Amino acid sequence: MAPAGPRSGDAIFASVERVNAELFTLTYGAIVRQLLTDLEEVDEVNKQLDQMGYNIGIRLIDEFLAKSNVSRCTDFKETTEVIAKVGFKMFLGVGASVTNWDAEGTCCSIVLEDNPLVDFVELPDTCQGLYYCNVLSGVIRGALEMVSMKTEVTWLRDVLRGDDVFELQVKLIKQVPEEYPYKDDE
Amino acid sequence: MIGASKIKQYSNVLEKPLSKGKQEVSLSAFAFLFSELVQYNQTQVDNIAELERRLEDAGYAVGARCLELLCHREKGNRRETRLLGILSFVHSTVWKVLFGKVADSLEKGTEHEDEYMISEKELLVNRFISIPKDMGTFNCGAFVAGIVRGVLDSAGFPAVVTAHFVPMEGQQRPRTTILIKFAEEVLRREARLG
Repeated sequence: MAPAGPRSGDAIFASVERVNAELFTLTYGAIVRQLLTDLEEVDEVNKQLDQMGYNIGIRLIDEFLAKSNVSRCTDFKETTEVIAKVGFKMFLGVGASVTNWDAEGTCCSIVLEDNPLVDFVELPDTCQGLYYCNVLSGVIRGALEMVSMKTEVTWLRDVLRGDDVFELQVKLIKQVPEEYPYKDDE
Repeated sequence: MIGASKIKQYSNVLEKPLSKGKQEVSLSAFAFLFSELVQYNQTQVDNIAELERRLEDAGYAVGARCLELLCHREKGNRRETRLLGILSFVHSTVWKVLFGKVADSLEKGTEHEDEYMISEKELLVNRFISIPKDMGTFNCGAFVAGIVRGVLDSAGFPAVVTAHFVPMEGQQRPRTTILIKFAEEVLRREARLG
């Protein structure tokens, strides 16, 4: 039997077990609140959220590859398309789109209209520098690092700061060739 | 502003319409997030009791907000004033919304008047978690215990809520029981109301 082709994000999302998005939203809110109480500095919280996202990303990539059946991406453009169309849909149940490619094809923007992490959220004046969804940038960075791509992910637009959509800029720094953990001769 | 933007801008989050609560995310997304919560808290504490307390506090905040949301959306802003009323609200409505099913059972404690137990064969949060032997009786269900405490406290029924593993015969994984011990004032009020 021929191997199944890549499945669409909707199909996978319909087949995985799901939980109420509000539980997810409220749990994430509790995490951010705990971090703010412990660390107090908004920059520290941003860094910690990114680190948490990174830890999630390096494990999430395994599940993603297992469930989505995508073949190896030929270039970075395909990679980001897959992240936006399949990845976000599969885990968060929301669609995303990829825009703003630069000339070399190493830098693009992923635009999210809907974001389950920020339901019911408003940033108070004391936390204006906070990137509330920074965990997402860590997840993408971690996941891509596990497939040999070093990237830098930053927030361009954030609804909590007054913009109309969420926009993440993903920039490919370099492709790291895969290293084998053992030498062939030994 | 010339040219209205595609999405209506709400100046205040309180003006946004409340969602129907049908949106879902994948279980693995929640499981990953919860594991990060536990891992982060492990770095911040020295002992298990502290860890449980922190998870409970995180859950407390979730519970308080849950009560407000569900009271408005599911019950049309009616307030529960009786003990059994609030317990069945937690056991059915809250569990159904958060975990997709009603809790397995709700029992009254036999030894003490003020104790009630909500049991669940496998708590959603504990599904992908295994406790190493050296952590003893630690239970990540402390998060759920915190949610229940948050709901009860905000509804005016202060209680001490804890999560316990109860080994079951013939089953590999133990059952989880959320033990609710109501404060004195709640029982006195309940007795007065008849």
